[in-house]
Amino acid sequence: MEYIFDNERPIYIQLVEILRIEIISGKLEKGQKLLSVRELALKMKVNPNTMQKALAELESKKLIYTERTNGKYVTEDEKLIEEVKRQLAKEKVNNYINSMQSIGISYEESIRYLQELGGKDGIS
Amino acid sequence: MELVECKELCKEFDGKPILKNINLTIPRGKIIGLLGKNGMGKSTLIKLMNDLLVPSSGEVLINGSKPGVDSKKIISYLPERTYLDKSMTIAQVFKFFEEFYENFNIEKATKLLKDLDLELNKKISQMSKGMQEKLQLILVMSREAQLYILDEPLGGVDPATRDYILDTILSNFNEGASVIISTHLIADIERILDEVIFIDKGEIVLTSPADDLRKKENASIDEIFRRCFKC
Repeated sequence: MEYIFDNERPIYIQLVEILRIEIISGKLEKGQKLLSVRELALKMKVNPNTMQKALAELESKKLIYTERTNGKYVTEDEKLIEEVKRQLAKEKVNNYINSMQSIGISYEESIRYLQELGGKDGIS
Repeated sequence: MELVECKELCKEFDGKPILKNINLTIPRGKIIGLLGKNGMGKSTLIKLMNDLLVPSSGEVLINGSKPGVDSKKIISYLPERTYLDKSMTIAQVFKFFEEFYENFNIEKATKLLKDLDLELNKKISQMSKGMQEKLQLILVMSREAQLYILDEPLGGVDPATRDYILDTILSNFNEGASVIISTHLIADIERILDEVIFIDKGEIVLTSPADDLRKKENASIDEIFRRCFKC
């Protein structure tokens, strides 16, 4: 898979976002061992130092942890994963409401549109 | 000890200043973009690091010593123009590099060559310009060096070759080594850079970690560069 980066934002922040989504979506399973920094950097075609910085950020948020000498693992804390997912969902919902408001559609109407027009398998 | 240190480095040609009072440190383990328009002193600075020019005043130190035999052992340099003898085959060039450089890893070079579907008995003169550039990069990245200096590695290559070049740099630079890439094609390479150095009219006008600069200016390095040096 090709990862596309936006050069206008720090690359490490974008790496954090990508990996966070992979964790909460289950693409990276809880407790799963991560590739080494260098391998991950190669896979995502970024600088190893940038990847290191992104992993440090994820670790400070407790989404991954380091087992000494053994490498890095995805957290097993389901509650934390749920919490992060909820927070991200909140952002997305707010974005939706905001963009609907920008075209003159009220909050209540937005919800109606969501039920009416949002197909179950995505936007139809 | 710093990998590279420039102290009040000046270079003149025929009394005309080309580099003016350069103070610069290149740390270990980083990929650094030396960014500037054409004719602003990038190649001159690189040639000074490679002992191909001598300073008019000030000094450049590699691992604490003046450039010379020792620095050439640890610096792997990709010049702007190719210097390979076109009548040689790839195998002969490999042999030449192996004899010339103690740290040339011929197994690595052979493996990289295989990925390109090139035969060892192919003559340089029979290869396209793009292929010659890839071969040159393979030679440079197959040395187990402490510093790789690549002068305009993306000059005039197509997007697929550009991706190949970036991948080859990323996957082959020695752990703990640094890479200096000089270019004016910033958008193409900025995602792999740790640090950027802007050079203009022979002076260093800015040095910064790439991500810090993006965060501060809310823009790409390319955009910031354009704003800085608007013609």
